[in-house]
Amino acid sequence: MAATQEEIVAGLADIVNEIAGIPVEDVQLDKSFTDDLDVDSLSMVEVVVAAEERFDVKIPDDDVKNLKTVGDATEYILKHQA
Amino acid sequence: MSSTKRTVVVTGIGATSPLGGDAATTWEGLVAGRSGVRPLTQEWAAEQAVRIAAPAAVDPSEVIPRPQARRLDRSAQFALIAAKEAWADADFDEKAADDGGVDPDRLGAVIASGIGGVTTLLDQYDVLKEKGVRRVSPHTVPMLMPNGPSANVGLLVGARAGVHTPVSACASGAEAIGYAIEMIRTGRADVVVAGGTEAAIHPLPIAAFGNMMAMSKNNEDPEGASRPYDTARDGFVLGEGAGVVVLESAEHAAKRGARVYAEAVGQGISADGHDIVQPEPEGRGISMALRALLDNTDLDPAEIVHVNAHATSTPAGDIAELKALRKVFGDDADHMAVSATKSMTGHLLGGAGGVETVATVLALYHRIAPPTINIENLDPEAEANADIVRGEARKLPVEGRIAALNDSFGFGGHNVVLAFRTV
Repeated sequence: MAATQEEIVAGLADIVNEIAGIPVEDVQLDKSFTDDLDVDSLSMVEVVVAAEERFDVKIPDDDVKNLKTVGDATEYILKHQA
Repeated sequence: MSSTKRTVVVTGIGATSPLGGDAATTWEGLVAGRSGVRPLTQEWAAEQAVRIAAPAAVDPSEVIPRPQARRLDRSAQFALIAAKEAWADADFDEKAADDGGVDPDRLGAVIASGIGGVTTLLDQYDVLKEKGVRRVSPHTVPMLMPNGPSANVGLLVGARAGVHTPVSACASGAEAIGYAIEMIRTGRADVVVAGGTEAAIHPLPIAAFGNMMAMSKNNEDPEGASRPYDTARDGFVLGEGAGVVVLESAEHAAKRGARVYAEAVGQGISADGHDIVQPEPEGRGISMALRALLDNTDLDPAEIVHVNAHATSTPAGDIAELKALRKVFGDDADHMAVSATKSMTGHLLGGAGGVETVATVLALYHRIAPPTINIENLDPEAEANADIVRGEARKLPVEGRIAALNDSFGFGGHNVVLAFRTV
């Protein structure tokens, strides 16, 4: 069953917490991965791979650069999840 | 000695070793004659011929937060822990640019390891095979590159005068410190953070060293397995950790009123030109390094009262070193208290020169030579050539200027001798 927006945000919060050590409650839709959440370009690859696995979705490298905020990623996953 | 060259001093020390998570605990362990060797209890160890090692007393996961640790090879984690301690010990708190105590353009970092990020490389290959291409960590390259620990330490302190990684197997840590001394002596830098690190307790290195017949297989008596100069020595015990010092021009240290542990007098370097792994049995290469040290510096053999020997507990290597000391120093070798601290820490490979430099500097500072433990039957060839500090720590002369050597040799025939002296 496809994940809801709320479940995706919660899942991304867990992933960002694991990778960058940011508290889960700080991971909100309007937050930028790079500017707000300490996720640099290499760690973003880790976030993407973990999200792919968790939400059963493929996020090609060319699309990753468009995922600037948690909201961008959530929307992308909602649209593309299997 | 050229009079234009500058005097270099040690103003900070840090270590994380099989005996303790910092320099003070490591030193206490050394003086007390404690062994850091333990049985390997991991599942993979069951099928190994060698089932002992000297793991770090404090695991880096207890010190470095997980988000930072997951992008650092274990060898870089050790280096950062030791460098952080040394940096604070030298009374620098922040990155050079913010501290004000040192110009970042005059600050260097030289941290070496013998093998580099071997556990990262092997673990990520397992990920590739088991989970596929997509799951290989994007941090793999900066984690496995041998210059990773040096680069991370350089970033920690904000070093811009140069960040280097000389690699010479088990001489790497000492070569790094020697390189750093030269950076300051020749005027390239005022302060350099230097040392060695290693993290190779993993089934592949243990199988590989084991198959070379280089390691002790005394699995029944882990604490007694590393026994340099004992007639029953049967190879080294693999250790892990890092030792780092802050080196500084004497002038720079005096200007900021820094505490000085010792003078870093200089180095002597040579190559055996003999065999890829076997030491030259008469210690000719080592003799040449010792003579180079005397030629390059104003060190007087009469001042040398202590040698932290390379002595890894292998049959050939331990004696070749002592023969070289006798050959070069003659009767002066009689007043050199020789300690093989690998009897307690195991052999940290590229980390050895770092941890043993910390031990050598502290031996001078406290005027105590740590012991060589586990000698039940002293090899007569060791007894004939040197005064081995056996069983218990020994006091060094309480007055006057004294000097000590730290020897490190590596597969490939690399010989590095460092000299330190009280101030």
